Amino acid sequence: MIVAERKPFEEIKDMLKGYKKVLNVGCGTCVAVCLTGGEKEVDVLNAELDMARKLDEDPIELGAVTVERQCDREYLETLDDKVGDYEALLSMACGAGIQFLAERYPDMPVLPAVDTTFIGVNQDVGWYEERCRSCSACVLAWTGGICPVTMCAKGLYNGPCGGTDQGKCEISQEQPCAWFEIYGRLAGQDRLDLIKRFYAIVPWKNQKPRTLIQPGYKKPEQAE
Amino acid sequence: MHLLRAIQKGADGVYAVGCLEGNCHYNEGNLRARERVEHVRILLEEVGLEGDRVRMYNLSSGEGPTFAAYAREMTEHIKSLGPNPLKKWAKG
Repeated sequence: MIVAERKPFEEIKDMLKGYKKVLNVGCGTCVAVCLTGGEKEVDVLNAELDMARKLDEDPIELGAVTVERQCDREYLETLDDKVGDYEALLSMACGAGIQFLAERYPDMPVLPAVDTTFIGVNQDVGWYEERCRSCSACVLAWTGGICPVTMCAKGLYNGPCGGTDQGKCEISQEQPCAWFEIYGRLAGQDRLDLIKRFYAIVPWKNQKPRTLIQPGYKKPEQAE
Repeated sequence: MHLLRAIQKGADGVYAVGCLEGNCHYNEGNLRARERVEHVRILLEEVGLEGDRVRMYNLSSGEGPTFAAYAREMTEHIKSLGPNPLKKWAKG
């Protein structure tokens, strides 16, 4: 899932300075699962903002709505008859959702209440860890299912580097060396020959926004 | 959310009571509850209110007198903090 972290309260409060009526839009998918921008988090943030603005003798009217996904038009459509009643929208979705919301209502200020942080896994309630950088060139088949781009501090495709230290990374004793882990996993599977292969680095340079159209899903007017 | 809502609506203070630590029917439920209460205290400080308007106590269901003692302690504590400044915004 996409993991996001709520922005510091002061930053959000500062963004809303001058607005008197704002709709806070949550997202019911990834950011709801990671307890950052779902229905409950929208209510908590609204309660905080309401209290803070009243204490400043500058009350604000806050609406709350959480759509299933802010990255899907069909769900955003449900907001069409609501947004006109507000001066600005506050979005608690990931960066994709926030941009899609802003794209749908181009005349309306759309403000982010969260920082999108990573694609990760759920280790426990409220505890998430990064696992993927969406590099578009997955090598997990050859690295024992451990991503060197994400889990190695240097993102090395052909590691380890000289900083590996008894299975830990030089950046921290808390951080396992990805390539030590990859070696262990492949050794356990008797596939160590794979570690000797050479892999070209990720072509991060000159990246442009990526688009994916699944086979068989081209619009009829675009089909060749 | 309930703790926050109570303060938002003008309550001078709120306390949550959980079972004794180690005796929770839901194993670590009361420990997690304490974490949540601590979080609410931080949120209140961010907003500009005293975080200590919200507290958590632990006792067993057989400790009626202790429950009453905690209630008195909380009442005295809230009085020392003074009224919730949001009270004037509360409806009705």
